[in-house]
Amino acid sequence: MSIITVDHTTLRVGGRTVLSDVSFKIEEGEFIGVLGPNGAGKTTLMRAILGLLSPDGGSLKVLGGTPERGNSEIGYLPQLRTVLPDLRVRGRDFIASSLYGERWGLPLLRRRDGDAIEATLDAVGVRDLAERPLSDMSGGERQRLLLAQALIGAPRLLLLDEPLISLDARHQEIAIDVVRKVCRERKVTVLFSAHELNQLLGTLDRVLYLGNRQAVLGTVDEVVNAPVLSRLYGAKIQVVRADGHIFVMSRGRDVERVDHMHDHDHGHSHGDHHH
Amino acid sequence: MITIMATAMGTIITEMFAYEFMTNAFAAAGMVAIVSGIVGYFLVMRGQTFAGHALSHIGFAGATGAGLIGLAPLWGLLAFTLAAGIAMGALGERISNRDVAIGVILALALGFGLLFLHYYTSFATQATALLFGNVLAVDHAMIVALAVLGAITLGALAAIMRPLIFASLQPELAEAKGVPLRFVSTAFLAIVALAVSECAQIVGVLLVFTLMVGPPAAAQRVTTGLWSGLFVSASLALAEAWLGLTMAFYTDWPVSFCIAILSALGYFVCLTLSMRTGPVQPVPAP
Repeated sequence: MSIITVDHTTLRVGGRTVLSDVSFKIEEGEFIGVLGPNGAGKTTLMRAILGLLSPDGGSLKVLGGTPERGNSEIGYLPQLRTVLPDLRVRGRDFIASSLYGERWGLPLLRRRDGDAIEATLDAVGVRDLAERPLSDMSGGERQRLLLAQALIGAPRLLLLDEPLISLDARHQEIAIDVVRKVCRERKVTVLFSAHELNQLLGTLDRVLYLGNRQAVLGTVDEVVNAPVLSRLYGAKIQVVRADGHIFVMSRGRDVERVDHMHDHDHGHSHGDHHH
Repeated sequence: MITIMATAMGTIITEMFAYEFMTNAFAAAGMVAIVSGIVGYFLVMRGQTFAGHALSHIGFAGATGAGLIGLAPLWGLLAFTLAAGIAMGALGERISNRDVAIGVILALALGFGLLFLHYYTSFATQATALLFGNVLAVDHAMIVALAVLGAITLGALAAIMRPLIFASLQPELAEAKGVPLRFVSTAFLAIVALAVSECAQIVGVLLVFTLMVGPPAAAQRVTTGLWSGLFVSASLALAEAWLGLTMAFYTDWPVSFCIAILSALGYFVCLTLSMRTGPVQPVPAP
């Protein structure tokens, strides 16, 4: 069964066409690496899947229906993550706030919700963060906590928007491992956006590459090659394979690396486009 | 020894409560302190304390304006803070969290308060009471009004508490899950406006921080849990209000001063405690 069906879909944000007439299908239990230059529509696509943005044309089906806000079957890790600077709330209460957070009333949780939180804390290896206030955590620690949060409540679909940003190499590996395990063991479908393809090479089933208002979904070999990427970047692209790694080059420069540096400078303004 | 202390305590309490104005003051201050401690906890969590401060100053203009047209100050206070709270919420987080914009409006409101006082000179004697509170003058009607307002405030807060916490801690995710951010933040500022109006009756518009910011900020230094934080915050506010009244009764100092000094003391003691013990749990070795 297809978890996500995108059929001749057009997505616009503030008058700008981000994706134009794209079509693809994502099957249950797939680990999809979402790649592409900044502004190519990775975040926009995820927001459309969440039902925060309606397509301007074509159709979009998620988990067998029209996307709707507040679908508890979707776990989401947003790219723009505001954390109040002096937040003296402990990690456990921070992630517990997301459970049924859209319902009115007092934030009381049932015992099994509490158990689900504890189990996820262990699965992601963030038990040590449960009692510490957010204000005492590093960016990477908050990130791991948020990843744990996205996994609570056994979602069928995980949308992870740049989950590796601000993690060091060791924790990037751990994060990818955790998500892979969830994907394989619980047959959860994963959309994992990233700047670097190489870290995900051993894990992903297929690549969804966005660029130039288009989207191409396929295996690494089908998508990450010079003709397809040249079309998506709108520039002449070379794909160099060396020692099990893939480098996407434009005029002798590593495109992914340049993007990544760019993101450090303008990461925040980039996120603002969507608000 | 214990009996002597108990007898002394008993004497103190009978002495104070022999006066009806003290009983009234304890009842009013107690209710308002609990409401302030709980609402203030979210104000501090959301980093909106300055907005709370501005609301109280806008309330001052409302209270003096009400005097000008012959109404009780409480209703003017309520009307102005509520209107301002809802307007701030409607303008959105970007405006309502901007220090400069709030500062300008705050000063403007105080200016209007002064203008209204200028035209209603017999009201001037009440200006001090508005600015610094006059809990010893609370009567039965006021206690009833404060009880009703307090119940409405806490009831409304309980109704929006879950999405409020979610929207405060993780606005992006809350929006994705369908929390109406603008509505929640507007409703919260309206709740703050109610709490500020009540609090101003006890400690005055200039000192609402003593009950609405001091206790919750202190609580957040010593505990990081949500429920424990709310409990500590409300208890601290209640203790400071009642101890302040007792202190004022025996020293003849103004009540608001006593509460203010206890609030500051409570905050700095908790700050020192949390600094000495370091983070709540030791940071594991890398």
